[in-house]
Amino acid sequence: MPINLYIFLALALFSIGVIGVLTRRNAIIIFMCIELMLNAVNLLLVAFSKMHLADSMAPGAAPMLTNGIDAQLFVFFIMVVAAAEVTVGLAIIVMMYRNIHSVDVNFLNRLKN
Amino acid sequence: MNITEILFWLLTAVALGGALLVVTSKNPVYSVLALIATFFALSGHYILLNAQFLAVVNLIVYAGAIMVLFLFVIMLMNLNTETEPQKNKWLKLAGTIAGGCFLLVLVAALRDADSKSTMALIGEGDTGLIQNLGKALFNEYVIPFEISSVLFLSAMVGAVVLGKK
Repeated sequence: MPINLYIFLALALFSIGVIGVLTRRNAIIIFMCIELMLNAVNLLLVAFSKMHLADSMAPGAAPMLTNGIDAQLFVFFIMVVAAAEVTVGLAIIVMMYRNIHSVDVNFLNRLKN
Repeated sequence: MNITEILFWLLTAVALGGALLVVTSKNPVYSVLALIATFFALSGHYILLNAQFLAVVNLIVYAGAIMVLFLFVIMLMNLNTETEPQKNKWLKLAGTIAGGCFLLVLVAALRDADSKSTMALIGEGDTGLIQNLGKALFNEYVIPFEISSVLFLSAMVGAVVLGKK
């Protein structure tokens, strides 16, 4: 498939995530939109990894069959960090719910005054 | 149009539809279910790109563990359509326009980006198989791998400390 299609798909997913963060007030939904953005980046990294593999398999290029393996390991590490982030983030949201009995981010404005 | 292209467009439609549903649905539980559908579609994309290990990890870690955690928290707090906080109409409109402008600028900037090859390999090349990934992970990337285990430990301690108060 042309790499452009993957770029546009990832951009669309990322933008939907941005729109979600900007338009929603529920802290959990905002958190889910951040996960969506992380996944858009993951998809783009995997697509680019296969693009570099295609580069190395082109006629005339030095054959490097492990080209693009770094990108896939980056995706793996992004998933690891996202899992750790979710545990801490959800713990913070649960604590926020205990304190103000709501997950509305607009109540978290004590720093404003 | 061969079978690969049909699968690509089908998975793309599911991913984008699920993502839109995450943002637009009033009930948080529906948002979680739509996000799970999106993750399944992305796993399908990984399989199409022959990155089987990442597809399976995506299913287990994201669709399995993380989304179940979200679902638990939402059900624990008993969130539903009535308790869902609503932003006012103009703020929503402004957010949507801002996100749309972001998409427009990036698409316009990247439309003509040229690279050496413009195709992503579909269904060939075995970099995504677990044998090759494992070899690279335990040779060149062994230190980040070990550090990530420390990260998990500290995240676990952090979650327990935060939840205990």
